Amino acid sequence: MSNLLLLIPIALFLGLLGLGAFLWALRSGQFDDMEGAANRILFDDDDVKPSDNSKKFNQGDS
Amino acid sequence: MNAPLQSCRHCGEPVTAMSPAAPDFCCAGCAGAYELLGELGLTSYYKRRAIDPKVRALRPDEDEVANFDFTELASTGPDGNHHLNLMVDGIHCAACVWLIETLLQRNSAVLQARVNMTTRRLRLSWQGEVADIEDIIRPVMQMGYRLIPFDPAALEQATTSRNKELLRCLAVAGFAAGNVMLLSVSVWAGYFQGMGGATRDLFHWISALIALPAAAYAGLPFYRSALGAIRNGRVNMDVPISLGVILALGMSLAQTIRGEPHAYFDSAITLLFFLLIGRYLDGRARGQARSAAEHLLSLNARSITVIEPDGTRRLVAPQKARPGMIVLAAAGERIGIDGKVVEGQSDIDTSIITGESIPELTRPGSTVFAGTTNISAPLRIEVTATGGNTLLSEIVRLMENAEQGRARYVAIADRVAKAYAPVVHSLSLATFVGWWLIGGIGWQDALMNAIAVLIITCPCALALAVPVVQVIATGRLLRAGILVKSATALERLTKITGIIFDKTGTLTTGKPELVGQPAEEKLMLAAGMAANSNHPLSRALVRAAGNVTALPNVTEQAGLGLMTRGPAGPIRLGSRAFCDVSENAAAPSDITGPELWLSEPGVAPTRFVFRDTMRSDAPEVIDTLRKRGIEMTLLSGDRESTVRQLAETLGIPNWQARMSPTQKANHIQTRSDAGKHDLMVGDGINDAPALAAAHASMSPATAAEISQNAADIVFQGDRLGAVIEAIDVARKANSLVRQNFALSFAYNVITIPLAVSGFVTPLFAAIAMSSSSLIVIANALRLHAKSGKPDKASTKPATKLSQQAGA
Repeated sequence: MSNLLLLIPIALFLGLLGLGAFLWALRSGQFDDMEGAANRILFDDDDVKPSDNSKKFNQGDS
Repeated sequence: MNAPLQSCRHCGEPVTAMSPAAPDFCCAGCAGAYELLGELGLTSYYKRRAIDPKVRALRPDEDEVANFDFTELASTGPDGNHHLNLMVDGIHCAACVWLIETLLQRNSAVLQARVNMTTRRLRLSWQGEVADIEDIIRPVMQMGYRLIPFDPAALEQATTSRNKELLRCLAVAGFAAGNVMLLSVSVWAGYFQGMGGATRDLFHWISALIALPAAAYAGLPFYRSALGAIRNGRVNMDVPISLGVILALGMSLAQTIRGEPHAYFDSAITLLFFLLIGRYLDGRARGQARSAAEHLLSLNARSITVIEPDGTRRLVAPQKARPGMIVLAAAGERIGIDGKVVEGQSDIDTSIITGESIPELTRPGSTVFAGTTNISAPLRIEVTATGGNTLLSEIVRLMENAEQGRARYVAIADRVAKAYAPVVHSLSLATFVGWWLIGGIGWQDALMNAIAVLIITCPCALALAVPVVQVIATGRLLRAGILVKSATALERLTKITGIIFDKTGTLTTGKPELVGQPAEEKLMLAAGMAANSNHPLSRALVRAAGNVTALPNVTEQAGLGLMTRGPAGPIRLGSRAFCDVSENAAAPSDITGPELWLSEPGVAPTRFVFRDTMRSDAPEVIDTLRKRGIEMTLLSGDRESTVRQLAETLGIPNWQARMSPTQKANHIQTRSDAGKHDLMVGDGINDAPALAAAHASMSPATAAEISQNAADIVFQGDRLGAVIEAIDVARKANSLVRQNFALSFAYNVITIPLAVSGFVTPLFAAIAMSSSSLIVIANALRLHAKSGKPDKASTKPATKLSQQAGA
């Protein structure tokens, strides 16, 4: 029985963590453009000058 | 149309021999864009892109007259950086997104450039001066993309925030459903393996702890809608849902407190979870259609050029115009305001307001209306009316009157709920009373059985029956370029018995084409002159002639015609009067329509007659509809001869010409009073009241803004076949919805007797609810499976270039 008392809170905590992560992702606009997100992974930056690369990675959504 | 030589290396449109940059490019703009990409080292764009024939070709507009004041909607943050939201037109595929972002990021002033591919919107942040924006976005415009600034607050709020709320509720419900189900499975297993009462109660308490707050939050969309309906004295599907969830949770809590074995936390929260999935997908599908429709509308948005008293020009939004302002309308530009011409002489295309296909001559003193297009020469217009005094606001008033009829339409789901809720609720009450008074058990156990009836009949499958079908139907139509904007549009579409068509721009393309076969050398001469002009008739001549080189030294006299000097004297191309042709000059006058005359010294004048051509598939579409026994009517504001001609060609028996907007709307009203359901298909401002009055309505994407707003469905592309496609999908969707209702009722017929007699356990309820929902969803998916073939036929492969994309 005592293992239940430990496991149930752990399960709930992990679930809540997932829920929190999802709500955070939703709030930060990561679900605004599902189509774009699916395609973006295919972009390669061969053509972008090296100096521009650093900026490209830093510009997450606000 | 010319025989295409090859495809333009930039935009993919066919290159004609008269192109200045042949044979590789269709126009100088495309050649420039290609060169610019070469300089920037971004030519890999051409390798990775896939041209979508449904999207406007990526051709830089050389004659793009109206520009925007980009600084007006830009906002400046506290850190001194500027932000602007722009609609992007011309995105074909992900490579376009990459190209736009890369082009913008090459500019060191740009902090952030991110294109949302779903909504085709660009968010741009930059540092420095606000006015730098024009330099920043110039490379993107040079590629052929069109950028239109917009105010996100005005557009997105309603649908987006509602959908985000649904998604948050969905996440909470999903979390709770998963965890409660985990505990419930243990409890159910405990029935058979002898779980102790204390452990069971502990599990129930934990379930309650998760389910109660989750249901309180995730159920909000349902509770709100149910309350709203009850306040208005109506019943909708959300009333039985809310009641079922609340009673199930309340009873389960009571059971838990009393330490009883049965609790329904899992059923209640899973129900919410399933319903939220349906509702979220439904909202998202409609949101996509609506955002596509908004996108189309914003493309028509134009700033107007105001000329200040000191002579300076300023771009302002049309709604900021005040009476007395002088506005410049360039040739080819859409006029944004109602006013009086003070200077200039030109032809005005009024087809969008009146349906009249021949341009109207405008002189100082003539009145012009917002929405019409200035064709041949610049005009200065004094603004006479704004706001409530414009022609447009008059139309809006007519529309509001006409719309009241449609507001009374009750969706099928609500009609079912109206019949279903009282039956279920009285059944539940009867169960309670029956068990308590007749069955002789305690009131608590009787209440248990009564609530079990509510839970088992809780309309999970019933509430999913409509939305899942809607999602799939709207998605399928969206892929075919048909945007369903209204929630009940597809339902209403299945009821129609007649279709009322507008003529100009709906059955026809709204573009004149040369009729007949004039003598080759005359045509070449005329077309050579016409190549210097933007007049629609001139363009039609050039199109008909094919390979034409523009003749030099041609002068245009606005509203009259073109003149050049030949070896033997002046050569004129233009109106009958301009070419000095007497009224009774020999001409085969059986063909009517807009005309041009070509007069050369000493030679009999040649007449070119034009006709607004039908959409290419109009005859088949009309034929198919007639075979299905749909009654068709043609109502047009155009002159009688043109309307009769078209009606006879297409075989539409009922037609009326010279119809005013009010007459059109009244015609529909009279028919609907007689019990007929009509689909109105129209594009003009004069069709808007009729679109609002009809049982269902469709508009092409080229339609006036107000008509697109009034229409339930907007279709893109040159094919009228969209009408049939929409009706077909609506009918299939309707039969699937009916099947789904039948399945739900069948399920209830089996389970209700069990619930009434008190045999239902939480395990049984969970299995029954999930399986019935899955059956309904699987049935709806059949619409998706059938869509394979027609979809392929209507969407051309992305690599195959089509001429219609640029038309």
